[in-house]
Amino acid sequence: MSVLTEKVMTRDWGKPGQNTLKGYKERGGYQQLKRVLDSMQPAQITDEVKKSNLRGRGGAGFPTGLKWSFVPSLEKNTKPRYLAINADESEPGTAKDRFILENDPHMLLEGIGIACYALGAHSCYIYARGEFKYPSSVLDAAIAEAYADGIFGKKLMGKDFELNVVQVRGAGAYICGEETALLESLEGKKGWPRLKPPFPAVVGLFGCPTVVNNVETIAALPRIFEKGADWFSKLGAAKSGGTRLVTLSGSVIRPGTYEVSMDTSMRELIYDKEYGQGLPEGRNVKAVIPGGSSAPVLTPDELDVKLEFDAFKPLNSMAGSGGVIVIDDATCAVRSIWRVARFYAEESCGQCTPCREGQPWMARLIRKIEEGRGEMSDLDTLMNVAQAIAPWPPIGLGNTICALGDAGALPVQSFVQKFRKEFEEHITRKGCPYGEKPWGAYGEFQ
Amino acid sequence: MSEPLFTPAEQKRFDDGIAQLLSHYPNDRKSAAMLPALRLLQSIKTWCPPEGMKLVAERLETTVAHCYEVATFYVMFHTEKPGKYVIDVCTNLSCALRGAEGMLKYLEQKLNTHAGTNGEKVFLRETECLASCGTAPCMQINEDHHENLTKEKVDRLLETLT
Repeated sequence: MSVLTEKVMTRDWGKPGQNTLKGYKERGGYQQLKRVLDSMQPAQITDEVKKSNLRGRGGAGFPTGLKWSFVPSLEKNTKPRYLAINADESEPGTAKDRFILENDPHMLLEGIGIACYALGAHSCYIYARGEFKYPSSVLDAAIAEAYADGIFGKKLMGKDFELNVVQVRGAGAYICGEETALLESLEGKKGWPRLKPPFPAVVGLFGCPTVVNNVETIAALPRIFEKGADWFSKLGAAKSGGTRLVTLSGSVIRPGTYEVSMDTSMRELIYDKEYGQGLPEGRNVKAVIPGGSSAPVLTPDELDVKLEFDAFKPLNSMAGSGGVIVIDDATCAVRSIWRVARFYAEESCGQCTPCREGQPWMARLIRKIEEGRGEMSDLDTLMNVAQAIAPWPPIGLGNTICALGDAGALPVQSFVQKFRKEFEEHITRKGCPYGEKPWGAYGEFQ
Repeated sequence: MSEPLFTPAEQKRFDDGIAQLLSHYPNDRKSAAMLPALRLLQSIKTWCPPEGMKLVAERLETTVAHCYEVATFYVMFHTEKPGKYVIDVCTNLSCALRGAEGMLKYLEQKLNTHAGTNGEKVFLRETECLASCGTAPCMQINEDHHENLTKEKVDRLLETLT
């Protein structure tokens, strides 16, 4: 059993006043930013982040230090540079960033100070999803405290370096979690992703070099500089440093958001008493979506996979944003993937034809099968439509501008491939084998 | 003559709010404040009425079409006046596995409405993941978040809707 030896992200959650400046400072808050400003050059900071093996927690797991290093030098590009924080947490199954904002907002703000100094960015926009009324109010209060205390503003903690931080709230569009759609939205437009290249590090917000990082990624920085890059790197797996926040939901006894070691297996997360505590009596795992609903599904024989970024590739899936959804054996697989398909149909931004037309088409076909109106040829159509959006097995690049196409098409293909018999049973029986109760162990509203 | 859009107090809130928002963006990028400006308008009027959109366009030095494009793209903006209480129920997978479909039906019965129908008092909507996956099922009433819901909790919440 791999136990979490040391809490990193959640260490101080729930302690008195931790979501205020006073409480945060009592436990050493802002000392790392101060030390970094006093004793390190920007390039050294980026080197430390590279050494820590910190990887992006938003879904793609891209090495953070490397991402920063793509920003051109001021000699080559004299435009202002920006940091944008992605707090548009909306991948189904994922609920972690909101808890950072609610429990420890200054950890994010201190990280922003460190990152902006490293990047030479004098402005940071935190893009929070529109539905986050409470988390956003906690964050706004924390930003106001940081200004009042002289942390942000004309002189970052007294250093001759101006830093302004502002929160901007979205308005209910999943696509704005995609980094270039986020930038469009920050520019006051509808969230239509941009073609890459150029990448945001070169042409980002207002045409200027911009780094877009997830909340959890930047919130890890104060700890990295407190304990050292080597320490952080060793905590994790070979090529991904630190711990992870995962959200466990669905058919487990104790759903919730947990900090886990990257060495923890999916099985341990589901069954260990510290985490999910297994499924209720008599129920077994049927399927697990491991990294938010866009991650292709796993079956019970694949649960020994470790919760680190590189471990999911051989299974044609991904660690994604850490949203683990457990589906028990009394749940209908077709109904489950219909909910997922419906989501991507709703949230397709409408820019690329395969996604705009394909996602609703897939959702309709799955619904048709679920309701007992399906034919065997529908399964081929379903796979063809999905394949036209993004090929299976995944190659990391679909036929659309952004990854929302893949996000909708790959899970569908994984479900049809792994639960084909159940799809066929719906067709031959002309109805759902689970009848009026498709939602398993906890599916009844009580 | 038609009624003015804002009362004097509302007008001041709008003017001050817009000035504050514009201070966050480069001077030649006023239209970047579109989302927060529409949010401000909606917080005052409960929706984004046509006269309000015109005003936002003027202040942000952009077109009314731009306002509509944005307001209709994002589901949280109302381009038609919504009922007094907008109730958003997540029915995505994590919530569905914890009873969300049943909860939606329960709400439809109790409120005597159908999801997606805008009424004078209540606008009940099926919505997408609200990041309460480990605390499902959940819903929002006028953007206030409620999670770990049961029939008993829903009953109590509905009693507060006057």
